[in-house]
Amino acid sequence: MQINMILNGKKITDEINPDLLLIDFVRNHGCYSVKRGCETSNCGLCTVFMDGKPVLSCSVLAARADGHVVDTLEGLQEEAAEFGAFIADQGADQCGFCNPGMVMNAIALFREHPCPSDEEIKEYLAGNLCRCSGYEGQLRAIHAFMEYKKQGGTV
Amino acid sequence: MLKVKQYVKAESLEQAYELNQKRANRIIGGMLWMKMSNTRVHTVIDLSGLGLDKIEENEEEFSIGCMATLRQLELHEGLDAFSQGAIRESTRHIVGVQFRNLATVGGSIFGRFGFSDILTCFLAMDTYVELYKGGVISLKEFVNRKKDNDILVRLIVKKTPASHVYLTHRNTKTDFPVLAVALSVNETGGKVVVGARPARALCVPMKEEWSQSISNGSCTQEEAEAIAAELAKQIPTGSNTRAGAAYRSHLAKVLIKRGILKLLEERGQ
Amino acid sequence: MKVVGKPIRKKDAMALVTGKPVYMDDVAPKDCLIVKVLRSPHANALVKTIRIDRAKKVEGIEAVYTWEDVPNQRFTMAGQTYPEPSPYDRLILDRHVRYVGDPVAIVAGENDACVDKALKLIKVEYEVLPAILDFHKSKDNALLVHPEENWEAKCPVGADNQRNLCACGYDSMGDIDAVFEDCDVVVEETYHTLANQQAMMETFRTTCYMDAYGRLNVLSSTQIVFHLRRILSEALGTSKSKIRVVKPRIGGGFGAKQSAVAEIYPAFVTWKTGKPSKMIFTREESQIASSPRHEMEVSVRVGANQDGKIRAIDVYTLSNTGAYGEHGPTTVGLSGHKSIPLYGSLESFRFAYDVVYTNTMSAGAYRGYGATQGIFAVESAVSQLAAKLGMDPVELRMKNMVREGQVMPAYYGETTRSCALDRCMMRAKEMIGWDEKYPCRDMGNGKVRSVGVSMAMQGSGISGVDVGSATIKLNEDGIYTLLIGAADMGTGCDTILSQMAAECLDCTIDDIIVGGADTDTSPYDSGSYASSTTYVTGRAVEIACEKLKEKICQRASQMMDCSVEGLEFDGHVVKDLESKKSVTLQEIGTSSMCGNECALQVTETHSSPVSPPPFMVGMVEIELDKETGHVEILDYVAVVDCGTVINPNLARVQVEGGLVQGIGMALYENIQYTQKGQMMNQSFMQYKVPTRLDMGKLRVEFEPSYEPTGPFGAKSIGEIVINTPSPAIAHAIYNATGLWFRELPITSEKIAMGLLEK
Repeated sequence: MQINMILNGKKITDEINPDLLLIDFVRNHGCYSVKRGCETSNCGLCTVFMDGKPVLSCSVLAARADGHVVDTLEGLQEEAAEFGAFIADQGADQCGFCNPGMVMNAIALFREHPCPSDEEIKEYLAGNLCRCSGYEGQLRAIHAFMEYKKQGGTV
Repeated sequence: MLKVKQYVKAESLEQAYELNQKRANRIIGGMLWMKMSNTRVHTVIDLSGLGLDKIEENEEEFSIGCMATLRQLELHEGLDAFSQGAIRESTRHIVGVQFRNLATVGGSIFGRFGFSDILTCFLAMDTYVELYKGGVISLKEFVNRKKDNDILVRLIVKKTPASHVYLTHRNTKTDFPVLAVALSVNETGGKVVVGARPARALCVPMKEEWSQSISNGSCTQEEAEAIAAELAKQIPTGSNTRAGAAYRSHLAKVLIKRGILKLLEERGQ
Repeated sequence: MKVVGKPIRKKDAMALVTGKPVYMDDVAPKDCLIVKVLRSPHANALVKTIRIDRAKKVEGIEAVYTWEDVPNQRFTMAGQTYPEPSPYDRLILDRHVRYVGDPVAIVAGENDACVDKALKLIKVEYEVLPAILDFHKSKDNALLVHPEENWEAKCPVGADNQRNLCACGYDSMGDIDAVFEDCDVVVEETYHTLANQQAMMETFRTTCYMDAYGRLNVLSSTQIVFHLRRILSEALGTSKSKIRVVKPRIGGGFGAKQSAVAEIYPAFVTWKTGKPSKMIFTREESQIASSPRHEMEVSVRVGANQDGKIRAIDVYTLSNTGAYGEHGPTTVGLSGHKSIPLYGSLESFRFAYDVVYTNTMSAGAYRGYGATQGIFAVESAVSQLAAKLGMDPVELRMKNMVREGQVMPAYYGETTRSCALDRCMMRAKEMIGWDEKYPCRDMGNGKVRSVGVSMAMQGSGISGVDVGSATIKLNEDGIYTLLIGAADMGTGCDTILSQMAAECLDCTIDDIIVGGADTDTSPYDSGSYASSTTYVTGRAVEIACEKLKEKICQRASQMMDCSVEGLEFDGHVVKDLESKKSVTLQEIGTSSMCGNECALQVTETHSSPVSPPPFMVGMVEIELDKETGHVEILDYVAVVDCGTVINPNLARVQVEGGLVQGIGMALYENIQYTQKGQMMNQSFMQYKVPTRLDMGKLRVEFEPSYEPTGPFGAKSIGEIVINTPSPAIAHAIYNATGLWFRELPITSEKIAMGLLEK
């Protein structure tokens, strides 16, 4: 079947099988930041935005994204680098495999709550598993990033 | 892996209903559960183009479209106020935001899953489902019916005044519940619903004197414990990988008691 | 120091946080054959017949292989130095399948769909055999997990396949029975830990292709490129020179990828077909057919005098290696050798062990590698001893812990040349407010807050075995290239080793180019495991850089026509102090490419006769709900002595990550089998690793010592960090409830039901 979507700001049309998952679709289109960490919708590695909302691309049929706007980290490179630098500055990137999904969801968090409390941060990102960092460094990075934003993004 | 031959974005409920009469076809909600199954489906029927993703509120009731997501439930201010936080509590522990942005109310309810938080929560309220062909029936009746090929169009939650509370115990914070308890009490009666027993949620009515003493605030801690023990006795529990039956029965008692105390506490405020 | 000791960003960090395509599946050839295996549904069975004709006919299928197609030559998947202590008990495909998930057939085809279809069309008739699922029943059982004649143990580890023994052994000092006889107080208990999964976010995966020289190229998510080359050559029955192994960025390892879990299948396919292939384990496969921690039952006896002097420790470990023996003989050793020596002045110790085969998933290497299991047991027993003596458990430890300069008889007689364990304890005590919080405080709402403590140690590489190497060369623009065979799996060793090189060469970290491990170009390295890279490979880097500096000066002396003796190199220029002439590093680099006979490149190899232990103390404060049994971690403080801290950020995150894995092991991560031997925790839905809501607050500090044999005084940190949570949390739970839990995980159910029975 044929689908159309706006992927990272670019209109694309493709012929797909009806059971193709969005994660495989976007990877086929070069969005390699989107990772698969489980088959049970538990890990958050495959997080993309559909119409601006973070969703698990492993659990959405590409067919369902027909006519929608999909963004991956490839389309959010500036924001990724801006926020990601704070993760890097904590050494909390570690193996990096969960990073794109976590960075995506953190961007979603900041769009919803510009100044989240620790509880809000943890609850919002609870669906992003990380086995390396122990999460604490990610939290420090988020604090530092919020401080930087508070100072007008110049610190 | 789920294998699908054809995908149809339904243009009307009638079309969806027609397609759904074939055994090889399926309606997809959030697809989170179905995607894990190792089944072959001929046609998946997507209702997402029918505007059924809205939560509407009027004087008497909330109308929750089957394609509304759990995240919408969680963030809906009217539902939150009406349920005194119970609905938000029943959603916020489910995996993560990205998951809840996909999981639908219809999928969760139609699946009648034993572990379902929201089924447990809504069963305690004055809730109805609207089926495309079957009309409006109570959620309780729906849950006990055999699965058929009708379509769950929306959930209707009547604004019957009552105090609500929802509690769970989980091994980790975003896991399925080991046990879930929803309480709903007003002057004329009350019920306790226990989910994740691990079998499907079960609803037990409260004795009138209990709901009265809870409603008017005269219930003491000891009485709350006695009520909880009495109610928990009526709830059969079982074992699975997450916990054994004896612990679940114990938890039922503890969580019902805590639920009652929480209602009393809120009343006192 | 200018670079060492600084919290420098990982060199690959920005690529990782912005999602660049740097992992195996991002760079695999696009036309790969998809490789999957059919797995046994039985815990113990023989393949009577296997029909693959229909599967082979599926459109797009390239090949289907069964036990009849593979060499009948046994090997081990363990990534260890040859001759491996792990027995040679594997075939690529075996007619005898020994656990639910053991591969029965390999299928390769053009895409997932055709391979899935073919897998369903393979018809296998099994002769189902009784299975040994309980590891207590394995030793000397008439039923043999490995009855085959070509089973072989290459090292004298006490292995005997006719007794289901993968290894057994014994070590002791003094007359243990006499000392116990004379002790005022003895604690004797048995502890049980499970086969926890590393659960790194990137599952096992490998891609293979033939290169222009007809050699098998293997790009794999592995910690052990060189061992892998050998393992593949043994399994395929070909020369090592025919194989090249490269690692890309790795999505986590934790020891899981110290075994060749996935590689052999695509390697076999590409070797046979000449076509590129790839295999990506599903999460389910990673859970049920991989290389988890060894399940262990550890029995401990601790004897002391009434005044709290610990006099003897006796440890017996029964370890379950599962269906195959990867890392079986070695992990078990750490359960005693890295728990008993925490106590410094024992009069006697005894450590004995058996490692048995069973029909469960085979185990492997997981961070902590046996020490985790042993330390849970010994530290729990010591805390119980404190309770029995009525002594503060911190005080008891201060009285008995190993100190700098002491000989550790249970640790191969090594002497601690660097040990700040006492300072770690005092600092942790201060941080958590031990004196105010020990043992517990009733919060009055059915909740109790309590604290618990544990010490831990590990090693730094395998003494006398592990080899680390570094090649460093000067390029024409004055920039260096550092080649290593160690594997950065997210730990940051590429950066840490570059920091050391930059420190030696007086330059910035940006002046060091570092490359990932490649068997064709990297100098030999045993690989990144056993907490070896910083300590062993780091020292090789240090030595190589010193030698390169000499060579740089030599070249400069030729250029300036002066003697080497009067030259000084400050990282940018070489100056002749006498003539005041100088040449820049760039000039030296450029000149080395014209009329030069002296390679500005050095390779150095290092191995250490000792394995100096890092030490640490973990203290936890929990809040326990007495009705539900729920445990909330409020605060976890960890104070670590890893010698000199090379990169405080990366060291801290190692600690935090290890603590959370340890918390998962202690409280949540359950491994359950059905009666038929099927592992039930086969997904992240059923195997609950901690989320960020489950781990409380972590606070980490360092109490550095200086290890004279390590680079810049450094020891290791990668593994020790997982060892304290289980015993510290079990201790805190005891302090809250009066109940000891000796089996992990300590679920809320166990606690609540325990309290009800009390």
